[in-house]
Amino acid sequence: MTASPSPRRLAPAPALDVERIRADFPILRLKVGGKPLVYLDNAASSQMPQQVIDRLLRYQTSQHANIHRAVHMLSEIATAEYEEARRKIARFVNAREDREVIFTSGTTEAINLVMHGYGRKFLGAGDEIILTTLEHHSNIVPWQMLCEEKGARIRVVPINDAGELLIDEYEKLFNERTKFVGVMQVSNALGTVNPVKSMIAFAHARGVPVLIDGAQAAPHMNIDVQDLDCDFYALSGHKLCGPTGIGILYGKAALLERMQPFKGGGDMILSVSFEKTVYNTVPQKFEAGTPPIAAAIGLGAAIDYLSEIGMGAIAAHENALLDYATAQLERMPGVCIIGTAADKAAVLSFALQGVHPHDAGTLLNQEGVAVRTGHHCAQPVMQRFRIPATSRASFAFYNSMAEVDALVAGIRTVQKVFA
Amino acid sequence: MADTKALYQEVILDHNRKPRNYGRLDHPSHKAEGHNPLCGDHLALALDLQGERIAGIAFEGESCAICKASASMMTATVKGKTREDAETLIREFREMATGELDCGSYPHHLGRLTVFAGVRDLPTRVKCAILPWHTLRAAIHSQASTSTESEADPMHAPIGDA
Ligand SMILES: Cc1ncc(COP(=O)(O)O)c(C=O)c1O
Repeated sequence: MTASPSPRRLAPAPALDVERIRADFPILRLKVGGKPLVYLDNAASSQMPQQVIDRLLRYQTSQHANIHRAVHMLSEIATAEYEEARRKIARFVNAREDREVIFTSGTTEAINLVMHGYGRKFLGAGDEIILTTLEHHSNIVPWQMLCEEKGARIRVVPINDAGELLIDEYEKLFNERTKFVGVMQVSNALGTVNPVKSMIAFAHARGVPVLIDGAQAAPHMNIDVQDLDCDFYALSGHKLCGPTGIGILYGKAALLERMQPFKGGGDMILSVSFEKTVYNTVPQKFEAGTPPIAAAIGLGAAIDYLSEIGMGAIAAHENALLDYATAQLERMPGVCIIGTAADKAAVLSFALQGVHPHDAGTLLNQEGVAVRTGHHCAQPVMQRFRIPATSRASFAFYNSMAEVDALVAGIRTVQKVFA
Repeated sequence: MADTKALYQEVILDHNRKPRNYGRLDHPSHKAEGHNPLCGDHLALALDLQGERIAGIAFEGESCAICKASASMMTATVKGKTREDAETLIREFREMATGELDCGSYPHHLGRLTVFAGVRDLPTRVKCAILPWHTLRAAIHSQASTSTESEADPMHAPIGDA
């Protein structure tokens, strides 16, 4: 496997002042059953700093109106702020143009947009879509729906025991019927960082467009869609310290222009009559109805916050947390780490011998430690490892080494209960 | 805050380690399978109903400690009882687990099964405790398979997504 080095390894790594950063997050002061909250479920959703909370409050108290619809002052302010948020995100992922950023409700909707807008227009019977074993259900189910409708077919890239994609097998799946590739950059279940840049290059050499599910990558590393040369990139705001209900689809302008709209309604049209409706241009063509304006502006503020700390520093700190936690868990008897890829980001999935993950999760919660237990919306991964579920600790830049120690102590407590 | 220490008491841990009536029946009269897709709990339950009496009962499957201990204690409790007694226990257990029945103040027949009362404070775990009872009900009524996710089912517990 020729894994291209992930951006996080190239980034400079100035030390990060975790205590100062933690002070920005009011929720981290919570106690759970009398114990300090140790929030290690960041892959499911991250927490929001005061700066973003304040931005939402300011928008709601002094800037709110509907956008793109009126000439009055508030509407103009709201429109400008909403479009400014789009600009910030475009810069964050290094899009060529702002209009290549479409606001969606999150990664799930972004992928569904591509399925409807691109898949339903350009794929047909017998066409093949390449996905991977690692995919989140949100990058599987929409394509199954498309296959059912069109008679297309899904081909799946297998993984090895470490949870790494078998790139040789990926390359062998291509044939003249291959019309689309969907792959996640970082696995939410195992933490594997996939070599998406070389995978994209391989697909492009065969004229096949590629969608990257960046839900778990965007919070942990520099994203450069031009460098990756991906055709689509999806991410969720709530995993980036922003609000829920907002995310984006990045798409190359030329592709977005050829795609059909996903939803019909207001704002996505230029003119409507019962004889003929003319669609608006990109990105409005894909943003029917009143969007979550506050959430978009909140996401813009979250990106300002992250950019100020720097994705390089964030990645370096999270890698240190992951390395420290991995080293500790590796040494513990009865603990088995699931997902041991050479290149991983911020996710540590594990199984405890003789303890069902749900029991572990409930008992860890009693120690104040919040982890996710379950199949992580990645049942094919669980099937591959022949387990129903794992416990998963996932780190953010505001987690401390002491919190890793709390996780380790919590696991010992669980083991004692089940000894 | 849920007193989970109280939930993971020795009785439950013991039944998890050494489940009673674990295995199969040679000639079951009624069978059912229960699934909780959210956490992968799965159990198969077999009954030997002789007339109105539960003469034999056995279960097997993969599940968390709460589910396995619940199944173990359920089988130990209903063995030898009538179908009607079982129906009463099924109802009372569900009401206890969902917090509708306050075991301290109202009469009931649950006996030692009240060790599971603590799940009512853990919405994501209610289903784990109820699944065996859910499956027992399906077996008695000879439904082939049951799931905690079937909305129409009267045992459907009002809880969130795990
Ligand atoms: C890899 C991956 N893809 C997609 C999603 C779906 O994101 P959302 O629920 O925000 O649409 C998630 C979130 O759990 C994820 O981890």
